[in-house]
Amino acid sequence: MTTTERSTETAVMTSAAAMNSALDVAMAADDKIILLGEDIAEPTGGVFKVSKGLSTKYGVERVRSTPIAEQAIVGTAVGLALGGYRAVAEIMFFDFIAVCMDQVVNHAAKFRYMTGGATPTPITVRTVVGSSRFGAQHAQSLEAWFMHTPGINVVMPSSPADAKGLLAACLESEDPCLYIEHISLAYSKKEEVPTGHYSIPLGQANVLRPGRDVTLVTYGPQVPVVEQAAEELAAKGIEAEVIDLRTLVPLDFDTVLSSVERTRRAVIVHEATQFCGPGAEISSRIHEELFNELIAPVQRVGSDYSPVPFSSALSGYPTVAKIVSSVEELM
Amino acid sequence: MSEQTLSHTTTTDAGSIPDTDVLEQMYRLMVTTTLADNRSTQEAKAGRLQAAFYPVRGMEAVCAALGAVLTPQDRLVSTYRNLGDALAKGVTLRSIMAELYGRIDGTSKGKGGPMHLHDTAVGFMATTGIVGSGLPIAVGLALANQLDGGGAATVVTFGDAATSIGAYHEAMNFAALWKLPIVFICQNNQWGEHTPIAEYAPSVELAKRASAYSMPAERVDGFDALATMHAIETAVERARRNDGPTFLECVTYRLTGHSGTADFSYVPRDELGAAMQRDPAPTFRSWLIDRGLTTAERIEALDREAEAYVLDAFQFAENSPLPHEDELFTDVFADDTWVRSVK
Ligand SMILES: Cc1ncc(C[n+]2csc(CCOP(=O)(O)OP(=O)(O)O)c2C)c(N)n1
Repeated sequence: MTTTERSTETAVMTSAAAMNSALDVAMAADDKIILLGEDIAEPTGGVFKVSKGLSTKYGVERVRSTPIAEQAIVGTAVGLALGGYRAVAEIMFFDFIAVCMDQVVNHAAKFRYMTGGATPTPITVRTVVGSSRFGAQHAQSLEAWFMHTPGINVVMPSSPADAKGLLAACLESEDPCLYIEHISLAYSKKEEVPTGHYSIPLGQANVLRPGRDVTLVTYGPQVPVVEQAAEELAAKGIEAEVIDLRTLVPLDFDTVLSSVERTRRAVIVHEATQFCGPGAEISSRIHEELFNELIAPVQRVGSDYSPVPFSSALSGYPTVAKIVSSVEELM
Repeated sequence: MSEQTLSHTTTTDAGSIPDTDVLEQMYRLMVTTTLADNRSTQEAKAGRLQAAFYPVRGMEAVCAALGAVLTPQDRLVSTYRNLGDALAKGVTLRSIMAELYGRIDGTSKGKGGPMHLHDTAVGFMATTGIVGSGLPIAVGLALANQLDGGGAATVVTFGDAATSIGAYHEAMNFAALWKLPIVFICQNNQWGEHTPIAEYAPSVELAKRASAYSMPAERVDGFDALATMHAIETAVERARRNDGPTFLECVTYRLTGHSGTADFSYVPRDELGAAMQRDPAPTFRSWLIDRGLTTAERIEALDREAEAYVLDAFQFAENSPLPHEDELFTDVFADDTWVRSVK
C-alpha cells in the first residue's frame, strides 16, 4: 500500500466517519474549503451523516445547506474554484448527477483545457451509489460516463482507510474529482483509520492479495465480493491476485499489467453495467499489451444490462459464484 | 416590432452625464466592437475564418455601459456572444482574434475558440457555450467574493432565451437566498436563435420574473447607452455594498443573424429596419455631437483609432503561430503524464 503521509494516531471508524474526518482535517488546515449540499449542515449533517458536526465547528458559511438545485450546487462549486476556493459539492445519490451533468462534464472537467490551463476548477463532487433499496433511480453505477470525459478524476474507495485517504487526495488535487462512495460500505465495515492528515495518491492501485494463477481487477463495492471469491478459489487450489483500483481516472495500468504479465489470466469485476463498462477498457488494454502472454481471453463480470431492479428476487450484480465460475473457465 | 420595443428615441440624457473621457471610451468600445464584428463576419463568409462566431451587433451600447462601470476587481462571466463583453472588461482584441483563429497567442492558446475566451487578470472569468450555464458559475464567484469580505461585483451576462433554462432559475434562487453581490444582466436581443421572444416566453417582460425571487430588477432601453450605464452602476454599487443581487433586462435587438454566417431572412424587415435606426455606435456618435459633448473631428480621430486597432488585431491573429500539436495533451489535467500514457 502506498501512502504519502501517515499520521500515527488511529481510531476504529466506518467509512462515513472516515470521510467526516478527512473533511474535518482539511477544513481545519485550509479555510478555503467550503462544503455545499442538500441538508449537509446541522442538525442533519447530511442524509448520510458525512458532514455531521462540521457546520457547528466551521459555521454555516462554510458548510452550506443548499436548495434542491444540483446544477446550481455544482455550478456554484465551479465558480468558487474560479474565485480561489475549494468546494466540495455533495450530490445525494449518484443517479441525481444526471441533473447537473452539464456543470460536471462541460464546465468542471473542461475549464482547464478550454482556457489553455488558465482556469482550472479543482472541485470535489462527492456522491453515493446506492443499494437497490430505493429502486432504479437511486442505484446505478455511472462511473463509466465520467471515465469517458477527459479532465475529471474518478475515485471509488473500498474501505474506511481508503475512504479517508482518497478523499483527502481529492481535496488536495489540482483537478476536479468525482468521489463515489458506496452505501453498502459506508456504515458496516469498520477499521483502523489515521485520525490526522492522511492521504493516498490518486492513480495507485492496491494489491490486496497476492496470487500467481489469475488477476482479479476490481474496485469499490465489489472488493469484498471479489475477496470472498478469492477465498473460495484458494480452497480449490487457485491462487488469485486481487487488485483494488481505487481510482478509475487516473487508472493504474502499470499495476494491472505487471500483475497479468505474471498470472497470464485476468477477470475484471465491477458493479457498473458490463456492456460499455470500465471493464471493457481495461480488458482491451490488457489484450493490446499482453496478447502473447495470455493463456485465455480476459473475462469481465459486470452487472447485467438492465436498470437496477428493486425486488431482491432480481439482481444483475456480480456474485461470488459468477466470479468463481468465470475464473474456472479460464483455468 | 414586438410590443416591448421601447421608444424610438436615441440616447437620452438619463441621469448625470459622465466626463468626456468616459463618453469617448464608451464610443470607442462601441465602434471597435462593431468594426471587429463586421470584419469577423466578412472573414467567416470569405472562408478565411473557420469559426462559429456570434456577432454582438445591436448590443454594443450595453457592452459600452459595462465597460464604463466595471473595474478589473469586478468579475464578469459571459456567453458565446462575448466580443463586446470581453472588450468592455479589458481583454485585448489581439488575444481575442488570435483565439478566433485558433492560434497560440489566443486567450486560450487556440484550444478554446470564440466561445471560451477568458482573461482572469482583468476579471473576465469565464465564457460558456451552454445557454444559461454561466449563471450558477457566477453565483459561485459572487459567493467567493462575499466570503472574502465583498467590495466587488460579479456580473453575468446572458441572452433572453437563456431565461428559459433551469440553471437560470436555480442561480437566481441561490443569489437571492444568500444575498449575493451579483448582477444578472439579460442582454435581451429579442431572439433565441430563430425563435422570437413572444413565441417562447409567456411574458416578454423578463425583468418581472425577478420579483418571484424578491430581487430588485430594472428594465432599460439597451440602445440607450447612458440609461443602461446608470442602471448597471446602481446595480453594481448595490453589489459592491453587499446589498444583494439585481436583475437587469437590457432591451436591444439582434441586428445580424444568430451566428456570423447564418441566414436571418426570417427576421421581419420592418422590425430590423426600425432597430437599425437605433444602431448603437452611430446613434451615440450623433448624440455626442448634437449635445456638443465632443466634436466631429474628435469622433473621426476615434474612428480611425478603432480602425487601426481592429486592423492590427486581425493582422496579429493571422500571423500568430498555430499551437504545436503537442498542446493536444496539455491542460487536460494539471499533470499530463497519465494522459500521455492513455492517448
Ligand atoms: C443548452 C443549450 N441549448 C441550445 C444551445 C444552442 N443555442 C446556442 S445560442 C442559442 C440561442 C440562445 O438565445 P439567447 O439566450 O437569447 O441568446 P442570444 O444568442 O440571442 O445572445 C441556442 C438555442 C446551446 N448552446 N446550449
